[in-house]
Amino acid sequence: MKVTFPHMGSSPIAFRMLIEKLGHQPVMPLRPSEKTLSLGSHYAPEFACIPFKILLGTYLESLERGAEMIITSGGMGPCRAGYYGVLHEKILKDMGYNVDFIVLEPPQKRAVDFLKKLGKITSGKSLPVIWEALSTTWQKLRVLDQTEELSYEIRPWEANKNETTKAMEKCYKIINTAWTREEIHKSGMECTKLLNAIELDRSRKPLKVGIIGEIYVVLEPAANFDIQRMLGDMGVLARRSIYLADWTRDNTFFKGEEHIKLAARPYLNELVGGHGTLSVGNTVLYSKDGYDGVVQLAPFTCIPEIVSKSILNRVARDLDIPVLTLFIDEQTGKAGIKTRLEAFIDLMYSRRKHRREAVI
Amino acid sequence: MKIGIPRTLTYYAYLPLWETFFQELGCEVVLSDETSKGILDKGVEFAVNDACIPIKLFHGHVYNLKNRTDFIFVPRLLNLTREKTVTYCPKFLGLTDMVHASIPDLPPLLDFRIDLREKWKSKHREFERMGNMLRLHPHIISRAFHKATKKLSSFRKQIVNSKDPEQALKLLLNCSVVPDLPGQPITLAVVGYPYLLYDSFVSAGMIHKLHKMGIRVLTPEMVPQRTLARKAKDLPKDLFWTFSNQVVRSAIYYIDENKTDGIIHVTAFGCGPDSMVGKLIELEAKQRTVPYICISLDEHTGEAGVLTRLEAFVDMLKYRRDRL
Repeated sequence: MKVTFPHMGSSPIAFRMLIEKLGHQPVMPLRPSEKTLSLGSHYAPEFACIPFKILLGTYLESLERGAEMIITSGGMGPCRAGYYGVLHEKILKDMGYNVDFIVLEPPQKRAVDFLKKLGKITSGKSLPVIWEALSTTWQKLRVLDQTEELSYEIRPWEANKNETTKAMEKCYKIINTAWTREEIHKSGMECTKLLNAIELDRSRKPLKVGIIGEIYVVLEPAANFDIQRMLGDMGVLARRSIYLADWTRDNTFFKGEEHIKLAARPYLNELVGGHGTLSVGNTVLYSKDGYDGVVQLAPFTCIPEIVSKSILNRVARDLDIPVLTLFIDEQTGKAGIKTRLEAFIDLMYSRRKHRREAVI
Repeated sequence: MKIGIPRTLTYYAYLPLWETFFQELGCEVVLSDETSKGILDKGVEFAVNDACIPIKLFHGHVYNLKNRTDFIFVPRLLNLTREKTVTYCPKFLGLTDMVHASIPDLPPLLDFRIDLREKWKSKHREFERMGNMLRLHPHIISRAFHKATKKLSSFRKQIVNSKDPEQALKLLLNCSVVPDLPGQPITLAVVGYPYLLYDSFVSAGMIHKLHKMGIRVLTPEMVPQRTLARKAKDLPKDLFWTFSNQVVRSAIYYIDENKTDGIIHVTAFGCGPDSMVGKLIELEAKQRTVPYICISLDEHTGEAGVLTRLEAFVDMLKYRRDRL
């Protein structure tokens, strides 16, 4: 069967392997483009957030290229992303597509449902094969995350511009071809070596910025204009709060993120779904760790992030840390984002300067 | 002790509940003024600019109560139904914190956290916390809440059992006149959240306007809760929000039972849950060839604009009826 899935950051590299190992033919989702977005916006409800529109556009593009089954994730609310699977399916059916739509709900809440769907995807495969496929996919996701994380640590110091980006392109290729457990492990080592070989200029003192917000626009470079790289190229050490593998672990079988929720408690004492509470908690933690600023990324009309934005005003005032909120929609352009980031960076530099003068 | 209740959001959704609750506690209830341009402007000033109009209005209403009361009641609703998986829009869940962070110099906020899914013990802890704030015994609070919920269900019964929809709307809109409708009026299901429908300022008097055109108006509140719960089966997965479920299910109910000639979905600009709700209703209506219109309200909604759209929709329905 021809199977497709959403495009989210670099994760398609790992999911492609999973689908192939389960004996299906993957239809690789294209990197979302302007065409994807306008296709999605055309059929999506007007006020659905940008991840909904991009995903719908991606599905439509994959269906045109022959996909017969779509696998995506569900959720338990109160963020509406948990309902996207249902509505996507209804919209696609209404448009006349006959597609197998499989929405994987969090296994700890609906175990039977999860296993049933898993059974449908893995039909005919033996348990060891399934286990091998799942565990290597997990391993690959982790290697991808670690490599990316390292690249963002290196970029602001690179002596020659764009060297990190070029190295990352090679890294993706290396990870993409790794197939077995040992190969994936080796590919990770190789990527680390490749990135560490980049010539650095350690005399720089880059600003430190935390990126928080809604998972899709934080993880998908096509949705956020590759903001993390953009910041790195501007000489800013940008760290983001969400990585796919960690987030999946913390939100399925293991309870994680407790310390972040604890940090948010004085300001937001309720789980508001999505990443709202985490955005507040992470801002508190970033300010304690001495970051120069925080960039909040969110899709336009995102409910949890609107709640956290209104609270972040107070957090920013109390803890004296600047927060730049960027709501992203169909009209957002790269130049607009860049201008605002430049202004924000100027602000952070002048704050740093004033602080240093105050100390002296 | 004076308790201020903002006359918006949950006030309309659970009409007699909060007033009864605080009266039972022996508190003096102060309602904020009816929604007006002034309240809206204050809301726009204080609330985060990306919020929807109901949230902005809530900020305005809280500001309106600011110097008049000892406490302002900002409930934190998590679950008030028997369904285990539903809650409210995230903006409702974080409402207390949003108001607290946005409006300076407020009197203490009474953030009563209500989650009927919880065990008795944690519910009791919440009553104790409330009791500490109000200097009352938790037992009194629990009894008052119990009485208030009884009043709420009897009010709901009264609405469901009213002679005709106009009588029910008289109660819901709290007005004195019942409109005269022609013998065989066109019937419209006007579905949307209670704080939009029954606040005549926000909805630009939509229901009155429809009555003036001789239209019979049905709203989600007129469907018994039990019937709505049965309609849940028609959707592959429940929505996560109490009010949204009510709206979707009542719309499906009115379509299924052939009770309506058309559907008007009233929504607030930028409402998150409604982007899902609206599309679900639209697809359902499309399948059953029931006319559907979505009217979205925001700070700039003018009466004339709403009226024009309603008239056009009604004209279309009349034309459709004459042809059939």
